[in-house]
Amino acid sequence: MLDDFQSLLQGFAVALTLKNMGLMMVGITLGVIIGVLPGLGGANGVAILLPLTFSMAQSPGGTTSAIILLSCIYWGALFGGAITSILFNIPGEPWSVATTFDGYPLGQQGRAGNALTAAFTSSFVGAFVAVIVITFLAPIVANFALEFGPPEFFAVYLLTFSAFVGMSKEPPFKTLTAMMTGFALAAVGTDPVTGALRMTFGQTFLFNGFDFLVAVIGLFGIGEILLTMEEGLAFKGASAKINMKVVLQTWKELPRYWATSLRSSAVGCFMGIVPGGATPASFMSYGVARRFSKNGDKFGSGQLEGVVAPETAAHAAGTSALLPMITLGVPGSPTAAVLLGGLLIWGLQPGPLLFVEQKDFVWGLIASMYLGNIAGLIVVLTCVPLFAAILRIPFSVIAPIIIVVCAIGAYTVHNSLFDVWMMVVFGAAGYFFKKLSYPLAPMVLAIVLGDSAEASFRQAMLVSQGDLSVFFANKLVGTLTGLALLLLFWPLLSWGFARLRGR
Amino acid sequence: MANKPGDRPAFRYKAAELAVAAFFMLLGAIVIYDSVRLGAKWGSDGPQAGYFPFYLGVIICVTSAATFALALRMPKEENVSFVGVDAFKLVLSVLIPSAVYVGFVSWLGIYVASALFVALFMRWLGKYPWWKVALVSIGNSVVFFLVFEVWFLVPLPKGPLEVLLHLD
Repeated sequence: MLDDFQSLLQGFAVALTLKNMGLMMVGITLGVIIGVLPGLGGANGVAILLPLTFSMAQSPGGTTSAIILLSCIYWGALFGGAITSILFNIPGEPWSVATTFDGYPLGQQGRAGNALTAAFTSSFVGAFVAVIVITFLAPIVANFALEFGPPEFFAVYLLTFSAFVGMSKEPPFKTLTAMMTGFALAAVGTDPVTGALRMTFGQTFLFNGFDFLVAVIGLFGIGEILLTMEEGLAFKGASAKINMKVVLQTWKELPRYWATSLRSSAVGCFMGIVPGGATPASFMSYGVARRFSKNGDKFGSGQLEGVVAPETAAHAAGTSALLPMITLGVPGSPTAAVLLGGLLIWGLQPGPLLFVEQKDFVWGLIASMYLGNIAGLIVVLTCVPLFAAILRIPFSVIAPIIIVVCAIGAYTVHNSLFDVWMMVVFGAAGYFFKKLSYPLAPMVLAIVLGDSAEASFRQAMLVSQGDLSVFFANKLVGTLTGLALLLLFWPLLSWGFARLRGR
Repeated sequence: MANKPGDRPAFRYKAAELAVAAFFMLLGAIVIYDSVRLGAKWGSDGPQAGYFPFYLGVIICVTSAATFALALRMPKEENVSFVGVDAFKLVLSVLIPSAVYVGFVSWLGIYVASALFVALFMRWLGKYPWWKVALVSIGNSVVFFLVFEVWFLVPLPKGPLEVLLHLD
């Protein structure tokens, strides 16, 4: 424990250099802009900027700087989503949908400043709780996971993906289809074990397989633009002014909702670590807050508490999604998956060994989470009018520029035009998938984790000579597998229970 | 969502569900076909290359067949408009120019193609005066050029204009 504290202090020393602090501010500002713009979000914002960090990561200590930059973009995007929800009733990010329920009415009543302050402050609180959880839990989890062999790792992957089936709102069949398609896309190209070419059909451009960055940029970026386009665009919003008086006034009111904050943080942390993600966490915590609050029946008409609950949970979930990523190499959200992909590209192997071999990196990242969120709170509180002004740029100007940015992002991944074509294809697919509620998160996670999951499965199978009972060989792996199967068949079970009760 | 009154449906949910499920079934079939070609069995040295993908293909086929079957039985009142004609036209007015734009990138380079692309949007959908169109579209490409080529030293595709200006 004392060791960890010392490591954390060392992490602060890494994160507090002038260069890293500067990157933090750049990251947060870019992140908020990305979060505010339609079509750009945490996941594809990070995906577009990831290629720019390739050279940065080569210098000594560069990987830490690169992860600080990218994770701060993520925090910024989390903050940015609230701005559009409250001022324009357009959730900039899926996890801020629940924020519009009470945030937009507040904005209409001329209390946008209060709503924004409440949103930012509770985002900060949620993230802070999650970082504390990470600080204390991550070394323990990593230590525990050091004992893991291939069967255990595969069981963890299975658990992650089963959780999507068991916990998501999307139809389970579609979740499975989307997920398996992700795995299949990851399998295209050279087989890492035997070297055989799979599903390339003699096409050279498929030898390297599909890059998850291109898929993310297409599915989330272009797909989102197409969806936004369909709605026809008329941004009409409340004006935003935040002055010190409003901030202080709101801060005086906020401690009243400590119980809501606490509950929402807990919901968020749990949903982030188990791959549920920020979006369900925000809805769930809004629902919980409405049930427990004295003013529950007034929710939806502009209650500050209704802003506090989803924002706290979304940030707590978004932040704690990094815990399984750095300790087990299993990301809890699409953005965490892109960050994980970044680690792989920079030549770091995510997983428990990071805590042993890359101490500076891990603790620098954790320290930067503390600092990044403080920096984020300051940036958003002071610059809201500026960010809101971005949304007043007409869509016919901003849409083509966003598409150009996406195209550049897709090109820089491998310097290949084929990737840009793939981005357009993924974009069109993303539009249909999203409208037919095929979940994109498990698909992206499957593309990122496909190779590792397959490798651990095959290694486990090699050890056991093809005997599937290796996944129940001891208590640990048995529990993980059992839990995974329970979650996988959860939709079937709950359907069965409902039928029985209905009789 | 996109069902504005008076916008008649371009196609309905059932058709979209069936088409996408059929697409996935085809995809699954391709995966299975290629996995069997590679060998999806247990070789002398462990699982063959197609072992893992084979089961992926099977699951894709089974689950999308289930989605297909469910969509066939979709009640009539749920079979609402997937997208209206006007809304779909707007979607295509982004998608088609984007595809054309990518084609232009390989010919004109990304900077010139981007400027044309932004200009097209502003003039056609935004109805801006020409001077604004020129200012934003060219300015945008110049900024990107400075950011990528000069600041980050990331080379992007270039075309005849950059060669002419000795910028490549």
